[in-house]
Amino acid sequence: MITAGVDCGGKNTKTVILNDGRIVGRASARTGYQPVGAVEMSMESALREAGLERSDLDRIGGTGSGRNSVKPADTIVDEREAMGRGALYYFPGARTVIDVGAEEARAARLDGNGNVSDFVVNEKCAAGAGSFIEAMGRALETDVRDMGPLALESDKGISMNAQCAVFAESEVVGLIHANAEKKDISRAVHDAMAGRLVSMIRRIGVLEDVVMIGGVARNPGIVEAIKRDLKIGEIHVPEDPEYASALGAALAAAGGPVA
Amino acid sequence: MSGEQAHECWRWPESNWVNPDVNWQEAQFVTVGVDVGSVSSQAVVMADGEMLAYGSLRTGFNSRESARRALDFAVEPLSGLPEERIDYVVGTGYGRVNVPMADRSLTEVACHARGAHFIYGPEVRTVLDVGGQDIKAIRCDEKGKVIDFILNDKCAAGTGRGMEVFADLVNVPIQDIGEWSFRIAEEPPAVSNTCVVYAKSEAVGLLRKGWGVEQVLAAYCSSTADYIHSVVERLGVTPEFAATGGMAKNRGVMERLMNRVGLEFMKTEWDPQLAGAIGAALFGRTLCQKWKKRKKAARA
Repeated sequence: MITAGVDCGGKNTKTVILNDGRIVGRASARTGYQPVGAVEMSMESALREAGLERSDLDRIGGTGSGRNSVKPADTIVDEREAMGRGALYYFPGARTVIDVGAEEARAARLDGNGNVSDFVVNEKCAAGAGSFIEAMGRALETDVRDMGPLALESDKGISMNAQCAVFAESEVVGLIHANAEKKDISRAVHDAMAGRLVSMIRRIGVLEDVVMIGGVARNPGIVEAIKRDLKIGEIHVPEDPEYASALGAALAAAGGPVA
Repeated sequence: MSGEQAHECWRWPESNWVNPDVNWQEAQFVTVGVDVGSVSSQAVVMADGEMLAYGSLRTGFNSRESARRALDFAVEPLSGLPEERIDYVVGTGYGRVNVPMADRSLTEVACHARGAHFIYGPEVRTVLDVGGQDIKAIRCDEKGKVIDFILNDKCAAGTGRGMEVFADLVNVPIQDIGEWSFRIAEEPPAVSNTCVVYAKSEAVGLLRKGWGVEQVLAAYCSSTADYIHSVVERLGVTPEFAATGGMAKNRGVMERLMNRVGLEFMKTEWDPQLAGAIGAALFGRTLCQKWKKRKKAARA
């Protein structure tokens, strides 16, 4: 069975193509203000990589904040199911899943059968999602991909007062003017965001194995800061974590048990 | 104004003023209030509780320095007023601990209530202060004394900083936003995201869909009014209602807020952004009268 899963997110639209449970193609396109176009583009690119045609697809699953732009879809997959299935595909022992994207962050607890037993989401506040790191990166004139490694170079904690991305940007500029080192400021930014994520995660309780997915899982500074705050030994991050929910949607479209 | 500054739409005009009808030489007590906020700073000089002079400017990165700059800006046109003649200085605002020349610091809530009482009169009972980075709703009595208040300072929604973000986005000088937001045929729906970052993104989408700048500004002013209203409702509104802080000068937000609250707001000729510094200067006078002697403190 060949299925496609499309995760239409606030910033990026990701498509994963599965052939009998094996990933054969994946691609991402900027969602922008034309989500339907982005769905098309990422789907076409993923099919090209897989060497397949649209007609080869048995089923298409859509998920993400823009899931209604995934047309036609055989199944609309709830973000919780997509998260859970995606995490379990890589780590069958997953019991807590943290998913941090550009504009939303969520956490889910999975029971022994892989079903979501508890769930929490932040989709209202930019300070708790990936665009926070991007905005602070701009203030620090540092590429977002370098922010995490930069933070890891610091051994000095500065605590930030601002809870809001807009205020934090002013605070970062103030720190720059006060001659704080970039790496220490970057670490402060990561610690502040991790603090917010951990408050959210604690509401559902943490049980290992803890898996982190979503684009922000690529940021070693955030992963490290969350690990430190949660006081756990390991946070498992799959390769290409931003595709995990699209993968989960493709798995859901194929049917079959969750775990 | 340099070419570069002409494009900084968030940069509202700084101002100072001297009252030609007040003579400080004849005053018993000359007192100063300095309100250092996260975004703007004001210094007000009063002679026996009458407005003598004021200065209002951008805080900048160094709040200690901005207190000094605000005072200098206020006093500069007052030829001949020596600093030793100032009997008392009260500091307030988010940076009140950084007013180096202050004899004393008082809370911004107390100063805003007192200042609103001066600006609007003894009928005011609910004061809404919307500043650069926070929203305060204050209940006060007929003397301008605080009875209750709530403070929202964690989120940029509804604040001056949020409005600055939008001014920059649509390239309209911030002091003109209110005016522009009424140049519409029909009131559009409010921007749906409360978070300023997401609201900005939503606005970009609207502009791409063909919305005019005026419509986007109307939608954002509505959303700002909605959010401020939700804060005010938590305290409850008792007439009369008056607004202070920079946002009080934004007609686009204030009129839409008035519709939601269901009350006409009190009016004033004074700049409502001065309320905190005015209240502080008045407290300074009260303290002088109480002790009936000139106070001089070592000034940093």
